Formats: sequence, structure tokens, C-alpha cells
Amino acid sequence: MSEVIKTDVVIVGAGPAGLFAVFELGLLDIRAHLVDILPRAGGQCSELYPEKPIYDIPGFPVVTGQGLVDNLMQQIEPFHPTYHFGEMVTELESTGSADKPAFRVQTDAGKTFECTCVIVAAGGGSFQPKKPPIAGIDAYEGKSVHYAVRRMEDFRDRNVMIVGGGDSALDWTLNLHPVAKRITLVHRRDDFRGAPHSVNAMRELVREDKMDLVIGQVGSLAGDNGELHTATIKLNDGTTRDVACERMMPFFGLTMKLGPIADWGLNLHENLVPADTEKFETSTPGIFAIGDINTYPGKLKLILSGFHEGALAAQKVHRYVYPDKKLTFQYTTSSTSLQKKLGVN
Amino acid sequence: MAKITFVDSEGKSRTVDAEVGSTVMETAIRNSIPEILAECGGACACATCHVYVDDAWLEKTGKASAMEEDMLDFAFEVKPTSRLSCQIKVTADLDGLVVNTPGKQG
Repeated sequence: MSEVIKTDVVIVGAGPAGLFAVFELGLLDIRAHLVDILPRAGGQCSELYPEKPIYDIPGFPVVTGQGLVDNLMQQIEPFHPTYHFGEMVTELESTGSADKPAFRVQTDAGKTFECTCVIVAAGGGSFQPKKPPIAGIDAYEGKSVHYAVRRMEDFRDRNVMIVGGGDSALDWTLNLHPVAKRITLVHRRDDFRGAPHSVNAMRELVREDKMDLVIGQVGSLAGDNGELHTATIKLNDGTTRDVACERMMPFFGLTMKLGPIADWGLNLHENLVPADTEKFETSTPGIFAIGDINTYPGKLKLILSGFHEGALAAQKVHRYVYPDKKLTFQYTTSSTSLQKKLGVN
Repeated sequence: MAKITFVDSEGKSRTVDAEVGSTVMETAIRNSIPEILAECGGACACATCHVYVDDAWLEKTGKASAMEEDMLDFAFEVKPTSRLSCQIKVTADLDGLVVNTPGKQG
């Protein structure tokens, strides 16, 4: 908890809007750190549609989600942004005033930032694991039901049930197999979309009777005081089977939840952050909202809107970061000082 | 134009006009049908537009593609009638289609 990073701006979310904000800030000599809960940059572009073509980015008749992200990262490289991936901003606290904003930002990995401004570019919120709608599952979460492995030791000598058919489910089946007492993999069909070598390795373990594979869906859970002991599986032929398990890991992909943003004292409107259209500042001076997370009259959830919003927000951020400097508007095509910053002159 | 009826998890039914060539998911979103989230906007990448096709319409809507089956792994309470509504194209043949929406998508 000791690391304190001092910077001008913390950008929450490394999707296209957050990435391009680094560029607009950088041109104005404003330093930024990016924090994202995902393990990589790109937000929805990388997570939901990396291979899908996008047709409405100005100047690109067609570009894939990942192609756009790669280009943006290349474009902002001259400004050496620092990325903090796999971390969620949990706390945002004002330590300044309306005229002289300052914030302390904390992540769930224990990092603390001290910054002048915050740009919330969190898209649809943070990507979080989908929770299956099994009655009473909440009571087991944290103790017996986990959506990620924090400590392998928690699974030692336990009957572990893993639910899902993708790489996460298969990888954890294989990784926890040597540690767990017995692994049961539950999947709705006898077809796995995970990497073929993982599927083969899992099937080999089943053949050798070193783990169980059950085709079906989890129907209900039984246990005491948050300690799970049995899961009832609905098999595809309509019958059920009880399986002993003290630990369960469901892998149903990710969904977007607003998450801790709701606790930062910002005005919210239907899970969106209202911002003005002059500088895209929120109800809290010094906190800006750009991209899909914001709302204002006429808002369109387009990537290009996020770019525009980032450019305007940067102008106001400049006034907070450099209150005594006059900002002269310049073009990258002609300004030698901007070209110098970009490393092209 | 085709009519599509969405029946929610509590049994309430809503019938709306669907444009031929659009998808069932797009029709739902345009008409603010509850229980269809469509987080990814129709990229077959999120499984939050999951529906159950009414038995009488199964033949006409056809089967899920391999990619759609993969995405259905992310849906809850998957049944043999499960489809992702972003992958069902509205045709004149589907006039009168009935789909049921699940109680939980994401």
C-alpha cells in the first residue's frame, strides 16, 4: 500500500477514448497514467470485437477493433503513458478545491496516485465476471465460490467444481488438478471452445479417471454458513446428479458493471456520468467523463465522440495543471513545438 | 415488415414490428424490450441477447452456428431452443415469430 505515484492526470479506462486522451493531453505537456481492469489496452474493442471491422472511424474506411487499438497505442507512444493493467480504481477522493482540484486515487492492487485531474473513460463500466443465476450463490461467494484464483492454496485437498467450456475453465482445471482433491468440470455440452491441446489434456485426465467431466448445468447449491458441500447438476437428459464440492469456479465470461464509479460522489443518470459539452467535466470540478460512460443532450455512443470529448477535456485540464500558462491553440501539421513533442521534428 | 412477439420471464408479452433484414436483437433494442442487453452491439461476442425460440418456430429460425454455440456457453440456463437474437435475421418467413427472454443475461 506504500507506492504513491504523482502525476497530472489519472485516466480510468484504457479503451479508445482513454488512449486518445493521452495524445490530446500530451500535446499540452500533461502527463497521464492509465488504469484498466482488463489485462490489456483497448476496452470493448479488444475484449468484445477485436476481429470485427469498424466502419465509422474517420479516415479509416475499415479497421478492426484490435487494429484501431494498436494504432492508438502507436500514436500515443511519444507521450510515454504508463499503463496499469489488471487493476480497478476503487477509491477516488478529493484532496483539493473547486479552483485547485487535486485527487487521491486508489486501485485494488494497492497503488495510490496523487493527481490534479481524473478523466473517467470507463466505457460501459468495468468488465467483471458474470455471476450465474443460481439461487443463493451470493452466500457462498468469497468463501467457496470464486471467479478468479487468488491463492492456489485455497483449493488444496478440496473437491473443486469448475463450470464452463472456454480457456479459463480448462486452464484452471489443468492448473488446479495437482492441488485439488478431485476436480469436476461441468459444461453444458460435450464440446469445448478452448485451445485444442487443453481440451485433449483434460480428456486424457478424464480417461485416466483422475478427474470428472459432467455435461449439464448447475441447478442448485447446498452448504452451511457459506461453506459449500454439494452442487446439484441438471443433466441434459432431465435427471440430476449431486456432486460433492467445497469450491466452485464459474467461468461465464465478463459483463460490464458500473462498479466503484457509483461511489465517487459524482452525479449519475441511469449508470452514466453527466458531463457538460464544453469541457466534458462532471459535477465535480477536475473530474471529467469522456466516451461511452458520459451522457449529455445529443450524446452518441460513438468512438469518434470519445475522441472529440477527450480533446476538449484536455483544454480544461491544462488550466488546472498550468493555471499560470496561457494556452495557444496549435495544429500538429504546422506547429514546430507540437512536432517536437511528437518526435517528428 | 414482420411481427415479433417477445415474452419476458414473467410471462408478459410484447408484439412489435420488425424490419426484414434486421436482426431480432436490433428489433428488441429499437423497441426497448426488457431482458435483452446486447452489450456488444451485435458482434456475437457477449451472449447478453439470449432468447428461447418458441418450439413452433424452431425450424424456421434454424440452428445456431458454431461460433454462436461457443458464445452460448456464456449464457445461463441454456436450452435446446436457445439462440442469440443478434444472430437471427428477420425474414418475411418469420412474421409472427415468438421468442421468450430469460430472467438473467449478464
